[in-house]
Amino acid sequence: MQVPILKQGAFLVAVIQSALTDADIVQLRDAIVSKVGHFRSRGVIIDVTALDVMDSFATGTLQDIAHMVRLRGAETVIVGIQPDVAFAMVHMGLTLEGVTTKLDLEEGLDHLERARPATSDR
Amino acid sequence: MKPLELMEEIKVSVTSDPDIVAARTRGRAMALQLGLRPTAATLVATAISELARNILMYARQGEIRIALIEHGERRGLVIVAHDEGPGIADVERAMEDGFSTSGRLGLGLPGVRRLMDEFEIRSALGDGTTVRVKKWNG
Repeated sequence: MQVPILKQGAFLVAVIQSALTDADIVQLRDAIVSKVGHFRSRGVIIDVTALDVMDSFATGTLQDIAHMVRLRGAETVIVGIQPDVAFAMVHMGLTLEGVTTKLDLEEGLDHLERARPATSDR
Repeated sequence: MKPLELMEEIKVSVTSDPDIVAARTRGRAMALQLGLRPTAATLVATAISELARNILMYARQGEIRIALIEHGERRGLVIVAHDEGPGIADVERAMEDGFSTSGRLGLGLPGVRRLMDEFEIRSALGDGTTVRVKKWNG
């Protein structure tokens, strides 16, 4: 199941629609990292609302995406982690350290718009 | 400990990536059937996901059996992940947080132990690995 990645102005939005296999997640990673360059995006939102499990592989790969995107000069926001999923992640010790998370798509977009560096004259 | 009465069992063979999703989906369904709250069912599904991935990553193939069990008043779910892969040389070390021979986050097995109520592992070099975990409804 491929995850559609939509261009929304200066941002990319990937909305996960259903459970993903490990191969799907890796493909999502590669597609996002490549599209950030292609579209010269400033930010990426990954909506994980539809994921009912985020295990060590999914969490680790999302973290990789965020770090790779940062190295490409953009920011990633993970949105939509469900309460039960958050509970399981905490039990596992998976913290998504260093990755920005927001409640939902709206909050994620709002964050990126605020964080977007104003064009400076200096 | 009294013998557990076996109520129902399913088996998922794990030989490729989509089997991880299949195993955890069935495990969640059984957890809900047992009457576990959705939060606990998510813990079960997450544990199964980790166990199935370990099978693929280290042994390439194996199986996961999920059964409903009863012990007195309590009902629960037992999950057995079994493979005949290379086995784990140092089980104690594999249970340490941050330890991994795969180069990724080593949270697999210790994480599974924290998700479940009971955890047992049997493994020897050249003799495969069996992990047995349980979740009770009370």
